[in-house]
Amino acid sequence: MTTNAFLQYCLTGISIGGIYALIAIGYTMVYGILRLINFAHGDIFMMAAYFMIFSMVNFALPWYVAIIVVITATVILGVTIERIAYKPLRSAPRMSIMISAIGVSYFLQNVATYLFSALPKPYPAIGFLTKIISFGGISTSVVTFITPILTLAFVFILMQLINHTKIGMAMRAVSKDFETSQLMGIKINRVISFTFVIGCFLAAIGSVLYFTPRPSVYPLAGSLPGLKCFIAAVFGGIGSVPGAVLGGFIIGLSETFIKAAGYSEFSDVFTFILLIVILLIKPTGLFGEKITEKV
Amino acid sequence: MTEKKKTQLKVLFSLIALLVCAGMLFYVNHYTRPTFMLRTVLQLGAIYALVAVSMNLLNGFTGLFSLGQAGFMAIGAYTFAIFTIPVKSRSGVYYLYGVADWLSNIQIPIWAAIILAGLVAAILAAIIGAPVLRLKSDYFAIATLGFAEIVRIIVGSSPMNRITNGSLGLKLIPKFSNFYFPFIVVGICILIVSLLIRSSYGRAFKAIREDEIAAEAMGINLAKHKQLSFIISSFFAGISGALMGMYLGAITSTTFNVTLTYNILLIVVIGGMGSITGSIISSFLVIAAREWWLRFLDMEIFIGSFKVPLLKSGFRMVVFSLILMIVVLFFRRGIMGTNELNWNFIINRLNKKKKTGGESCE
Repeated sequence: MTTNAFLQYCLTGISIGGIYALIAIGYTMVYGILRLINFAHGDIFMMAAYFMIFSMVNFALPWYVAIIVVITATVILGVTIERIAYKPLRSAPRMSIMISAIGVSYFLQNVATYLFSALPKPYPAIGFLTKIISFGGISTSVVTFITPILTLAFVFILMQLINHTKIGMAMRAVSKDFETSQLMGIKINRVISFTFVIGCFLAAIGSVLYFTPRPSVYPLAGSLPGLKCFIAAVFGGIGSVPGAVLGGFIIGLSETFIKAAGYSEFSDVFTFILLIVILLIKPTGLFGEKITEKV
Repeated sequence: MTEKKKTQLKVLFSLIALLVCAGMLFYVNHYTRPTFMLRTVLQLGAIYALVAVSMNLLNGFTGLFSLGQAGFMAIGAYTFAIFTIPVKSRSGVYYLYGVADWLSNIQIPIWAAIILAGLVAAILAAIIGAPVLRLKSDYFAIATLGFAEIVRIIVGSSPMNRITNGSLGLKLIPKFSNFYFPFIVVGICILIVSLLIRSSYGRAFKAIREDEIAAEAMGINLAKHKQLSFIISSFFAGISGALMGMYLGAITSTTFNVTLTYNILLIVVIGGMGSITGSIISSFLVIAAREWWLRFLDMEIFIGSFKVPLLKSGFRMVVFSLILMIVVLFFRRGIMGTNELNWNFIINRLNKKKKTGGESCE
């Protein structure tokens, strides 16, 4: 492998890793607060891609308006899902709320198949993002280049939000102890909705960045990336934002290098094996908190 | 009436009920057209009933939320197919890659292949169960889901070409030799599961479901019982995979994707987590609704010149997932909850009806 090829793969890996990181944040934040694997998150990501197709192809909006429309629609979708499918089950056993999440995922996939048909649809190209730039012998599209930068920027803003604002403090409190924070006068439902807003916002951004270099969208396009991002969140320690970001980058990089080595069939197998291994060695992930069991 | 006489009466009624079921099957087999939808629904329903019961054993009775059922079905189906595709038609099935040398002349009888399918799934469950069962609820779910995906990808990958025919899948799998075959196999398997649940093991499973720590304090070996439940569940999932292979006649690795697990989960939830009869009833209902009663939702219907809105290909599954969501949100206990449909249940229901003055107590 020449240095140039190596750098090229690194860039691709970091780029896809950045997208995984953006989606993984959605998983990790929801898990941190609700203790729920939001199985529907991957499908929200897929729906965001269809919103983009709709606003750019069917309504012929310019890309900057379209992105705003997509973000708004995705956020509304996510918050609605939380209100309808998760809120009534707050006091139910963990298993029920997980089944509800699976049900939502199943529902979104079927709705997408019904509305947009199972055939892949071409994703609209955003002019300047698909331009090819080259420097020092590496040529890549703009989107590959700006993805990691955007990811880090969003993560920085998010960390500031979590650590230095009132709502961020409320989120940290809720994730520490649900009931006590309620007693302290924190409006739980607002905090949870806000978490979904952030998760869906990042999923919408991730969706634009993920599908731009890819040819098409289909109703099951979200399920595998969704699972991988969940694995990224588990790898980094579920509940921890920096962990999710690191996990995303590691999974993106390792996947790219396995593909480069000629084992592209097995890149997903590797990701799942990574999940099982990390769960066995360090179930709380790289940055996860130690949970003590209480009777 | 004495207790003994009551029991005798219940056995008698059970036998009558069994005979009625057998008679209905006989009627369907001999007096309906071979293309009649009910035949398909009954056979497929029986296969789903077995896999739903196997999932219920794990999810409903032991409280281990597993999402790996499709993976074990895939193992069962492929094991069955590899050993039962007629030797002389193998070159046709493996036309592109050729068949592995050690495999080319092995063919075993159907019944042996079905048991082997279950055993291979069970052995794999034993291997992965030891580490994975240490994980807590959601992590266990995601690990088993990951395992099912690993199985699916490996089975369809190119190094397995000469065994599983890679992404092309296997075809010419022997079909059911007669109409009753799936019902007999499924009946025996479900009988074994229900006997198991009534045994001391079954009680231990339920204790683990209710409270792990309390169960452990009562002297139940958690690791052993969880492992046992996982292995038995996988064994029957493997068998139902073999039956599914026989039913379909041709399988590829995409037959056994996550959606299949979700479908099974839907059946278990609608039937009630922790009820065997619930799972059986709901699998027949769900399959009948999906394959037969709701078919019209996928077709565009015109009444005069008025086109019924919403109906087009795919609407059936939307309605279907809505039903699941409604069950999850509003009828969390499903059809049967944790009750079983047996004579005691029916008698209690009837007595209750009398007391409340004949009001319906749905």
